[in-house]
Amino acid sequence: MCSKGPFLEEDIAQTNLGLDLLGQAEALLTYAAKLEDKGRTADDLVYKRPERDFYNFMLTEQPNTDFAFAVVRQYIMALYLDKVYETLSKVDDETLSGIASKALKEIDYHKSHLGMWVTRLGDGTQESHERVQTAFNELWMFVGELYEEDELDLKMQHSGYAISGDEMKSYLFSEISSSLAKATLSIPESVYMTTGSKKGIHTEYLGYLLTEMQYLQRAYPDANW
Amino acid sequence: MGAEKLEVLFQERIDANEKIEPRDYMPEEYRQHLIRQMSQHAHSEVIGMQPEGNWITRAPSLRAKKILLAKVQDEAGHGLYIYSATETLGVTRDELISRLHQGKAKYASIFNYPALTWADMGAIGWLVDGAAITNQVSLQKTSYGPYSRSMVKICKEESFHQRQGYEIIAAMAKGTSEQKEMAQDALNRFWWPSLMMFGPHDSDSPRTGNAMKWKIKRESNDVLRQRFIDKTVSQAELIGLTIPDPDLKWNEERGSYDFGEIDWDEFWSVVKGGGPCNLKRLNHHKKAHNDGAWVRKAAAAYAKKHLNK
Ligand SMILES: [Fe+2]
Ligand SMILES: [Fe+2]
Ligand SMILES: [Fe+2]
Repeated sequence: MCSKGPFLEEDIAQTNLGLDLLGQAEALLTYAAKLEDKGRTADDLVYKRPERDFYNFMLTEQPNTDFAFAVVRQYIMALYLDKVYETLSKVDDETLSGIASKALKEIDYHKSHLGMWVTRLGDGTQESHERVQTAFNELWMFVGELYEEDELDLKMQHSGYAISGDEMKSYLFSEISSSLAKATLSIPESVYMTTGSKKGIHTEYLGYLLTEMQYLQRAYPDANW
Repeated sequence: MGAEKLEVLFQERIDANEKIEPRDYMPEEYRQHLIRQMSQHAHSEVIGMQPEGNWITRAPSLRAKKILLAKVQDEAGHGLYIYSATETLGVTRDELISRLHQGKAKYASIFNYPALTWADMGAIGWLVDGAAITNQVSLQKTSYGPYSRSMVKICKEESFHQRQGYEIIAAMAKGTSEQKEMAQDALNRFWWPSLMMFGPHDSDSPRTGNAMKWKIKRESNDVLRQRFIDKTVSQAELIGLTIPDPDLKWNEERGSYDFGEIDWDEFWSVVKGGGPCNLKRLNHHKKAHNDGAWVRKAAAAYAKKHLNK
């Protein structure tokens, strides 16, 4: 988005969101590397893992087809992250609850900024209405993964580190329905939902993202930057 | 009061180092000169986001990515300050952008050179921001109040930009032989274009006379260029890189470095559109602007609907 925003103020605002997310990722990965205790750093986790070892939701790797796609993708992720950080901010692990409490404040802002764009685009012009509806329709199949559960999720739920899939689903649907109603948009027909990112299955976009992101580290493995 | 009398009073205020504010009398030529210079400055900040923006997805560490992203975002902010300051002269940002798109307004030619390797992120911050700072520090004393204040604000952020660039190139200069080669190559490619950022020699700079008389410009191109060279040479030496100028040598008498002649044919050719990236930079800006048109319309339509309610 940076240098590609629809106007300068929004270019700056979107970059702020990006900076927040980068900071959150860095904090979480640094802690993950420490817990793993195999001498890997946060950067190793980012720059040296192959595609199948990335467990991000497919939603997050979808392209910025237009401004509406970027807004809708990030809006849905902000809702999800808000719930995740809210839960993690209350856990016993102080490092994790610290990261989550800080992130929660940032994500609250993301939710309101992006939610405002959903409203403005939905209730703006005919064209913007169609574009944002299209974005919701086309991204909808990736929402199912956000409340899917595997064994690890169940373990985390058991120790209070996660809410149940059902709770997540009803939270997401109620938030999204009310914001779509406000934006004069409609909830997409329930269609096929993707599954698999928790097993390292992705859409084809991730490979290109990693290729670009990991290029220097892979081309010059002995270098420090 | 007659126009002539007003102009005399205006010049007296300038000579007394008073700041001119938007509602004050100013000669039309002064206003036009400022609009041209300030909009060129604002466009440069924004177009300048591209060569570095082009490397954000490829930054080699999380830390480097965050810093570069924040830096490019700062440049967007600088563009915004200066557009707002320019609007106080009675033009709109839309008009300024449309002049840019029509090729009537320029931006700094340095951004028409491609950023080819990660070392270029170093060279750009170190040299390009370094040259910009030299210029902007001097402009803090410019006679137009809003422009002067925007320079004060910007200069506070610029030193961070130069430091991050220098840190990148310094790390590479003491890295592997491949990194060192990239660092030297980046310096080789960006050194001369950075010197060109200060513009032609004073003797070949037709508008300098008025700009100095009105104190829009406070120091000449050659003075600023020399200051930049004098402070940069030792920074290159410190990290073991060589400035690509065989004529560069310390002049004891002047207390400054002597340096070789700039390739002015290249300078004028790039100014006139003949750089490797001129078309790409402008097209990128136009595309982002055009792609954003429906978003701006939607925001305006929404605001209008909900204002009337
Ligand atoms: Fe923030
Ligand atoms: Fe700047
Ligand atoms: Fe800068």
